[in-house]
Amino acid sequence: MALQMGASVRRVEDYRFITGQGTYVDDINRPGQSYAVFVRSPHAHAKIKSIDTSKAAKAPGVVAVFTGKDTAADKVGGLICGWVVKSKDGQPHKAPAHPVLALDTVRYVGDHVAMVIADTLGQAKDAAELVEVDYDVLTPVIDPVAAVKAGAPLLHADAPGNVCYDWELGDKAATEAAFKSAAHVVKLDLYNNRLIPNAMEPRAAIGEYDRATDTLTCYSTSQNPHVLRLILCAFIYGMPEHKLRVVAPDVGGGFGSKIFCYAEETACTWAAKKINRAVKWTAERSESFMSDAHGRDHQTHAELAVDKDGKFLGLRVSTVANLGAYLSTFATCVPSYLYATLLAGQYTTPAIYAEVKTAFTNTAPVDAYRGAGRPEATYVVERIVEIAARQLKMDPAELRRRNFIAPGAFPYQTPVALQYDSGNYNLALSEALKLADYAGFQARRAESERRGKLRGIGFAAYIEACGIAPSAVVGSLGCGVGLWESAQVRFNPTGSVLVYTGSHSHGQGHETTFAQVVADKFGIPIENIEIVHGDTSKVPMGMGTYGSRSLAVGGSAIVRACDKLIEKGKKIAAHLLEASVQDIEFAEGNFKVAGTDKSVPIGQVVFTSYVPHNYPKDLEPGFEESGFYDPLNFTYPAGTHIAEVEIDPDTGVIAVVNWAAVDDFGKIVNPMIVEGQVHGGIAQGIGQALLEGAVYDKESGQLLTGSFMDYTMPRADDLPSFKVGTTETPCPHNPLGVKGCGEAGAIAAPAALMNAITDALGTEIDMPATQEKVWRAAQNRRMRAAAE
Amino acid sequence: MYNFNYHRPSSVADAAKLLSSASEGKLLAGGQTLLPTIKQRLNKPSDLIDLGGIKDLNTVKVEGGKVVIGALTRHADVAGSDAVRKAIAALASLAGAIGDPAVRNRGTIGGSLANSDPAADYPAAVLGLGATIHTNSRTIAADDYFKGLFETALNPGEIITAVSFPVPEKAGYAKFPNPASRYAMVGVFVAKGPAGVRVAVTGAGACAFRQKAMEAALAKNWSAAALDGIKTSADELNSDIHGSAEYRAHLIGVMAKRAVAAAG
Ligand SMILES: Cc1cc2nc3c(=O)[nH]c(=O)nc-3n(C[C@H](O)[C@H](O)[C@H](O)COP(=O)(O)OP(=O)(O)OC[C@H]3O[C@@H](n4cnc5c(N)ncnc54)[C@H](O)[C@@H]3O)c2cc1C
Repeated sequence: MALQMGASVRRVEDYRFITGQGTYVDDINRPGQSYAVFVRSPHAHAKIKSIDTSKAAKAPGVVAVFTGKDTAADKVGGLICGWVVKSKDGQPHKAPAHPVLALDTVRYVGDHVAMVIADTLGQAKDAAELVEVDYDVLTPVIDPVAAVKAGAPLLHADAPGNVCYDWELGDKAATEAAFKSAAHVVKLDLYNNRLIPNAMEPRAAIGEYDRATDTLTCYSTSQNPHVLRLILCAFIYGMPEHKLRVVAPDVGGGFGSKIFCYAEETACTWAAKKINRAVKWTAERSESFMSDAHGRDHQTHAELAVDKDGKFLGLRVSTVANLGAYLSTFATCVPSYLYATLLAGQYTTPAIYAEVKTAFTNTAPVDAYRGAGRPEATYVVERIVEIAARQLKMDPAELRRRNFIAPGAFPYQTPVALQYDSGNYNLALSEALKLADYAGFQARRAESERRGKLRGIGFAAYIEACGIAPSAVVGSLGCGVGLWESAQVRFNPTGSVLVYTGSHSHGQGHETTFAQVVADKFGIPIENIEIVHGDTSKVPMGMGTYGSRSLAVGGSAIVRACDKLIEKGKKIAAHLLEASVQDIEFAEGNFKVAGTDKSVPIGQVVFTSYVPHNYPKDLEPGFEESGFYDPLNFTYPAGTHIAEVEIDPDTGVIAVVNWAAVDDFGKIVNPMIVEGQVHGGIAQGIGQALLEGAVYDKESGQLLTGSFMDYTMPRADDLPSFKVGTTETPCPHNPLGVKGCGEAGAIAAPAALMNAITDALGTEIDMPATQEKVWRAAQNRRMRAAAE
Repeated sequence: MYNFNYHRPSSVADAAKLLSSASEGKLLAGGQTLLPTIKQRLNKPSDLIDLGGIKDLNTVKVEGGKVVIGALTRHADVAGSDAVRKAIAALASLAGAIGDPAVRNRGTIGGSLANSDPAADYPAAVLGLGATIHTNSRTIAADDYFKGLFETALNPGEIITAVSFPVPEKAGYAKFPNPASRYAMVGVFVAKGPAGVRVAVTGAGACAFRQKAMEAALAKNWSAAALDGIKTSADELNSDIHGSAEYRAHLIGVMAKRAVAAAG
């Protein structure tokens, strides 16, 4: 049998996806189901004076109309935030109430005011228009910096100054001292633009109640069904977990936005019991725009202290991050522990100090989005390092080399809490330089200039912390859950295998990758393996998929379970072969007595375990084991991306003409899937740098980018053909040696691209590098050149 | 979407009758603009009168120095027509760059002109070529047709049946797409022919308009260089998150030159 590890096995899930036979939440229809429509706030900030639902309740087909009064009367708790971050003064972050349906105030356009349930969707929509809400409109605040200034409109009485927390990390005194001794100080102000996730499948939910067993079921577009169940049961409904089943079937993309527990699934599942009927809701695209948790939205000032030889001495960073109107499920950890802990980048910078103030504003909640904090960190570090190279008139590759953590220095303790486990940063940079033909850049630039075009090149030597995460570590930092993963591996009597994983696949290809791991473990064909995920009634308690953790943590749990089965198999084989267990070896599907030709295939061992006629006396029958895996450390994927652009100064149009990405993901199970993840990540990163950006009107708080007519998603023709390569330093602390690849592209790309664009323009601009901004910068460049 | 009555007449006359007798009737052509607004409940017609059942509204003819395109002709059919490409290549390529394949396979020239989106492409060609719009009751010269934001010379109940374009000596179109919608942020159509030298701009203003200073310059000297230094005032131009009026005014100059270069 050919080894599956390292093979580009075609994705087994693609047949059903490409032929339209996936089963997404909206494809599920429950007997007698009703339809929910949410009445949403048209205002960014307003007091609700009254809600009159009487007309709506009488409209044809209407089953029920609920408001915040009803959920409050039923003691439905508010939505929670599961990570406590403490301010500098030791106080926990401010966690204002986040009601499922608004009580007396609305705080962003799209906030949930009422829920109308009817026999048909059309009837629910008709009735929703009849709900009369009398608002007293208040002044909104949109910008996080404005929100934390004195005199700004206050969102929550229990969050004075609109501050959620004012947090710090690192050694302030040591950093100040480093700056005192610096030969150069490089300064940068930047905006990390706010993004709207736009998964292809909008969020959806069905709540269903079974009166006979008093059991609820919630079908949800979730990346982590067990986490959703835990939150709903333990924090919101106050009910036992065995009475709620959460099913997350095929899910069409998440990018973080489907980690969270939202108002809609909470309300649908609660209402299903209330009306004793299934309740279905599917977001319209405009609802996705306004109510999915958004990403990023940081304003940062950073300073880098450098000595006369280009060695980094210190970095200080001050960020104001927007958390939106309410705290989403993991909002607090993103701009703190997932951000500032990565500010060392790939460098030996000895002293780092970061402070982060987070603000409530009248915008949609902000939470993890592909990369979650780590793209923001890479953007700060890699932009300021590039600017340092320009100011010191050094080659940006050389400046990085001088500061890289050496391959022999691992494990490496950074000044911002993390201990990097492995890496070879210079190798990835060198490979990327070759792939990008860095040596030929000046000639290409001259050629562009002859055609009146501006050419630029930019680097991002990124690092991320993935494989989230060691439970004790995140617990000590305030996380309310453990971040291990579960697996259950069950052989059927005739040798096929069901693998139950707590990870969830919503585009990543787990059904293929995980099957490859298991096929290799047991030496059996991949066709004999089925990966089962996404249903709390089938799969053991698991923590789900985010933070590039599935293979590193979920895959490791599978390996654990497989290893237990192999140990058990050895005992059965020893019995069958009349040998001692110590002498049994397992390889390529056969249990063998070492040094002999006596062996028994795994199929026979499995069959014997289920038909134990001739079987060890003290051994349980059956061939099924569980594994739980709590990682020992984060994993640290890293690499270098090099972007090259050509700009038309007459219009400001940027062509991304060249992209080289060399990533170290540790061991790679399926290179094709990894490459796909890299491509998708880079596309999203290019989207952030060039095109995307959520814009709210500053006065009214209306979302101006509320549809694809105005919110610019990257399209195929915005992207170059990517040149990708990998280097491999295996992760030393998980059994597969893997590091995770899901977010790398989105982390590296914005910095690489903005470095290329600003290189071409010779001036700083913020993301997104829109055509007009670039055109204006190119005009200024022309004028500067003319003046010289 | 709200409920409505659906009709599929087989003649323009029947369509006109249905339209005039409906309380809030709407003609349906390709539906690419109308259906999304209906689905989002921004539009609430009592009756939808589908023009799709009327024969002969989707023909393309070249005769007597004119390209005559039936109102129901799909963008894809204009883009793919050899006759149009031979007579007015710029028109075929304009149609081929509208939206995406799905939009081009449904959207029609009549629908586009009746709607008169400020960022639509066809208005630039209609005005730039000095075309004539034929309706069920009259003909309207391009210069009299575009009145303002989503506003045309069409009377209530009037139905576009065809558009005739005089075949020019030279014509070119350059589009600067809005990065999000890919409609025209600025599109400039230039032509020299029976209707004179014309420069028509779409995307930048409330509706398509002519840039007379550029027309005068090109009439004297048909070359991109002739447009050097001719500015368009930013007053009254559109401004949004994708581009200020000033940027659009600048792009008119750049796109006009590119259109002339494309025209040859
Ligand atoms: C995703 C997308 C991208 C697009 N991109 C572009 C683009 O890049 N450039 C561009 O120019 N356009 C673009 N469009 C618009 C597209 O070209 C539409 O086809 C066009 O605007 C309307 O044509 P229709 O046939 O679909 O008309 P419909 O939507 O059916 O009707 C539009 C309006 O015209 C009226 N109407 C239709 N036919 C007639 C008639 N014969 N007489 C009188 N009134 C009539 C209708 O009653 C309605 O009010 C895009 C549309 C979409 C959905």
